[in-house]
Amino acid sequence: MSNLTRRKLITTGLAATAGAAGLVAAAKLAAHYGLMPPDSGGLYGPGETLTYAAQRILTRHSLAREFSPNQVSKDPFANEVDKLGEEFERLQQGGFADWRLRVDGLVARPAFFSLAELKNFPRRSHITMIQCEEGWSYIAEWAGVPLSHVLNLVGAAPQARYVVYRSFQPDWWESIDMADALHPQTLLTLGMNGGELPVRFGGPLRMRVARQLGYKNLKYVTSLTVTDNIKQFGKGLGSASPEAGYAWFAGI
Amino acid sequence: MAATPRSRHSLLVRLTHWIMTLAFLALLVTGLEIVISHPRFYWGEVGNVNTPTLFKIPIASSRPTVPTGYGVMPDQNGWSRYLHFQSAWILVLVGLLYVGVGLFNGHFLRNLLPAGSDIVPKRLAKSIMEHLRFARPSAEEAWSYNVLQRLAYVVVIFVLFPMIIWTGLAMSPSFVSAVPAAVNVLGGQQSARTLHFFLTVVLVLFLLVHILMVILAGFRNRVRAMITGRAAEPLERV
Repeated sequence: MSNLTRRKLITTGLAATAGAAGLVAAAKLAAHYGLMPPDSGGLYGPGETLTYAAQRILTRHSLAREFSPNQVSKDPFANEVDKLGEEFERLQQGGFADWRLRVDGLVARPAFFSLAELKNFPRRSHITMIQCEEGWSYIAEWAGVPLSHVLNLVGAAPQARYVVYRSFQPDWWESIDMADALHPQTLLTLGMNGGELPVRFGGPLRMRVARQLGYKNLKYVTSLTVTDNIKQFGKGLGSASPEAGYAWFAGI
Repeated sequence: MAATPRSRHSLLVRLTHWIMTLAFLALLVTGLEIVISHPRFYWGEVGNVNTPTLFKIPIASSRPTVPTGYGVMPDQNGWSRYLHFQSAWILVLVGLLYVGVGLFNGHFLRNLLPAGSDIVPKRLAKSIMEHLRFARPSAEEAWSYNVLQRLAYVVVIFVLFPMIIWTGLAMSPSFVSAVPAAVNVLGGQQSARTLHFFLTVVLVLFLLVHILMVILAGFRNRVRAMITGRAAEPLERV
């Protein structure tokens, strides 16, 4: 009996030690291959890291499901937004002619783009579903400039790892890794369902990240910053979402 | 799995049982918190407050944009989602360990697979009648599982858990970009969400019956067996 128990104890101890060593090795490997999300610390870090690493290994290049025109939602729901302020109203009254998208950070040619310029860039559209973390969803046709086109135009540096984007909505900013930034379905969205992108759906300019939840699809995008060091933004968790308690990676 | 005369459950079965119990309870609580942010259910690909529902849960919502007629309660979605997915990872990894070892060492064949001779109407009817009469199990039954128990465990392990993991994955926009069939065969993303909810209800019913059976069979002895691995002998006094 006591022999058996001792053997069991030793086996369990060895297994636990091997497990812990394996975890440390796995964490180092994950960091080396860029599989750690910015919010990998803290109580829920292990789960987030597993999710993000698994998705980046399995789905780096996969395309979000696209739907047929007859599946477009007839009455899509526009989530409420915070007050956008006087400056937004002033720009809106001017037909957004003075709206500028600033692009800076690790780029060869920092630039400002007007909506007219963005509209002249190559355009792509897709009919995809947008899902809110609350559980609701709708399908719409989204049209705009692939983010990859703008990143190529400004000469994003090869060591770039994230694109940070900000909104007119106060306190909201987001970021995505290069797998999503260079993804063919990631659009700087200017149009929806064949028309202009309505203000309540994020017009004049919305980031559309087709494989992630609604909150990564920031409305009223005003600037992009290309970076290799996400820790220097905000509290270093990747975006405003983890600062408010929500996962940085919203591909689930 | 060396068995002393009195041992009932192996260390692996006990460890995985309690870890998965904790993970399941965490998934249940956080899942309910997530549902509260939108207590409406749909069928098909899409659904939102502008579309008709399959059914609604008559409770307050944690979001003012979802008018349920029952007011608004505090929003707990952030940590609930973090904990839901972390618990899901624990449940899946520990569950795979349990299933893998169980297939390898004969645990399922020996302890969970019902005998062919038991899956006949007469035997099944007898077992059902015994359960309906709330008959206390005989002493030898404490060392084994009866046919209904075996069927219930097999369905939970090999049907309900795989289904709830599948329907959960089918809601992930990134996962289904790689495996679109996972959601397409269910009829759409909202169908997957609704099925995920129904499967939760079935698993909760199983949990309640499971606890009731443990109480009827002798709560202290059965729970002690699942913690220490040993059952007291004689097992039940009639």
